[in-house]
Amino acid sequence: MHIELSINTAVARQILTGFIKSEITRAGFSRAVVGLSGGIDSALSCALAVEALGRENVLAVRMPYRTSSPDSLAHAEMLIEQLEIPSKTIEITEMVEPLFAKDAKITKLRKGNIMARERMIVLYDQSEVFKGLVVGTSNKTEILLGYSTQFGDSASALNPIGDLYKTQVRQLSHALNIPAPIIEKPPSADLWDGQTDEGELGYTYESVDKLLFLLVDQRFSANECVEAGFDEKFVASVVRRVQRFQYKRMQPPIAKLSNRTIGYDFLYLRDWGT
Amino acid sequence: MKLNLGLAQIATKLGDVEANLEKHLNYIEQAKAQKADLLVFPELSLTGYVLQDLVASVAHRPTEDDPVFKHLLKASNDLDLVVGFVDEDTRHRFFIASAYLSGGRTVHVHHKVYLPTYGLFDEGRFFAWGDAVRAFDTRFGRVGMLICEDFWHASPPYLLWLDGADVMLFTSASPGRGLNDNEKLESARWVERVSKAYASMFTSFVAHCNRVGFEDGLLFWGGATVNDPNGELLAQGPYFEEALTVCELDLNQLRRTRARLPLLRDERTALVQKEMSRILSAR
Repeated sequence: MHIELSINTAVARQILTGFIKSEITRAGFSRAVVGLSGGIDSALSCALAVEALGRENVLAVRMPYRTSSPDSLAHAEMLIEQLEIPSKTIEITEMVEPLFAKDAKITKLRKGNIMARERMIVLYDQSEVFKGLVVGTSNKTEILLGYSTQFGDSASALNPIGDLYKTQVRQLSHALNIPAPIIEKPPSADLWDGQTDEGELGYTYESVDKLLFLLVDQRFSANECVEAGFDEKFVASVVRRVQRFQYKRMQPPIAKLSNRTIGYDFLYLRDWGT
Repeated sequence: MKLNLGLAQIATKLGDVEANLEKHLNYIEQAKAQKADLLVFPELSLTGYVLQDLVASVAHRPTEDDPVFKHLLKASNDLDLVVGFVDEDTRHRFFIASAYLSGGRTVHVHHKVYLPTYGLFDEGRFFAWGDAVRAFDTRFGRVGMLICEDFWHASPPYLLWLDGADVMLFTSASPGRGLNDNEKLESARWVERVSKAYASMFTSFVAHCNRVGFEDGLLFWGGATVNDPNGELLAQGPYFEEALTVCELDLNQLRRTRARLPLLRDERTALVQKEMSRILSAR
């Protein structure tokens, strides 16, 4: 059983910058908008967009909440300065708190989802102002695990890093000279104090990436992964997550009535005619 | 005898035949300026690849009265052409097709015989399966054409070889996939490996022309190649970008290689036929 997650970063870089340029220009645009969280995924997407479109054509938007870690803002600033790109900081506190206040029983999960969706609203609004498309920042690990807010951080016009596992995101980020503190800090959605991805998921990206690579890319069965030494409960929980969150990876199903239904037998690429 | 072969690894506009025809005519002019005798375009070069429900609206017939082919047939008076298109037969079946045009005539049309319908591919859903693998005569000798998945199977190149093809023209719209730490994508390495193997085993010229450009998230990787009857790489186009690769084929190399290595002479076709009959009848 061979687990090889390392990628040729020069090839990845060439393909992903080509993808961003092609898909944005064919849609009739020349610019991009990226929500910069201060984390590695959005830093990488942003750096790729800059390489694809030029630094004056990428708007970085920082959207802190009052409890957001100061490091998040500082790390985003570090990248903005390094890339020399236009940026805006739009705080979401005053937008989300009235909604929080409407229900005394609101949970931190609900608050987190509201914040993620508020950021989507801000980004899409800035997309109109800047005349640029929203570039996604979801990696393959979190898409497979469903570790995202539907219509929140998962919303974008195109996603250059969605076929890279988190460990591959790190590798490519090194190649693009993303500042070391961004690469090295523990990944976090920063929706509440002390939240980390690995704490919440219950396993490290390094271990789950290896397992997902075997299950998804190499088509090994769950049993084969257990036989190869992966913990049985760990494998079962990952398999369950992948299945349970399929809905987050899809357009909502449409009930078929006619002879020709969008999604089933009305089939065209987005690049239709371009 | 020499053949100056051009391979045009172009990007296409999805479903816009007019725009793609313009690009063909532009590349034909470039190839003429470089004294090419034969210019090969990739699979579905007039239409784009992931056509899905666009298939019927982009279909054409390789005849003089067709608004697209009349221009290409006219151009074929100056140099021979291989173009990729959707062929609609008289009973409205749609095929992935390559046409060989020369001297204002359509010399041969190949319909793709293997339609990949697995993984990211869905061709069998939208296209009819071709049912013939035939070599044909050109002013450069006997030639055979295959389209992408056709040469992922060993039998079509083998049949062309036995049918007399000394120059095999492979065309593709091959999406790049299988990124690992290698400097080449797995899909590129696979195709390069088998192209070289066919040239070596069949002591023939094998040229491959693959398109470039994106369709949604798919990137076609280009990298046109020409291998000689010794299995040696004569020319290679760049990956991922449009290019015209022109390469001189010394067709006399067929004679020199086959004098040294008489694989064609010694091929035991009657044995193949006998065993094939046994194998198929036993099923």
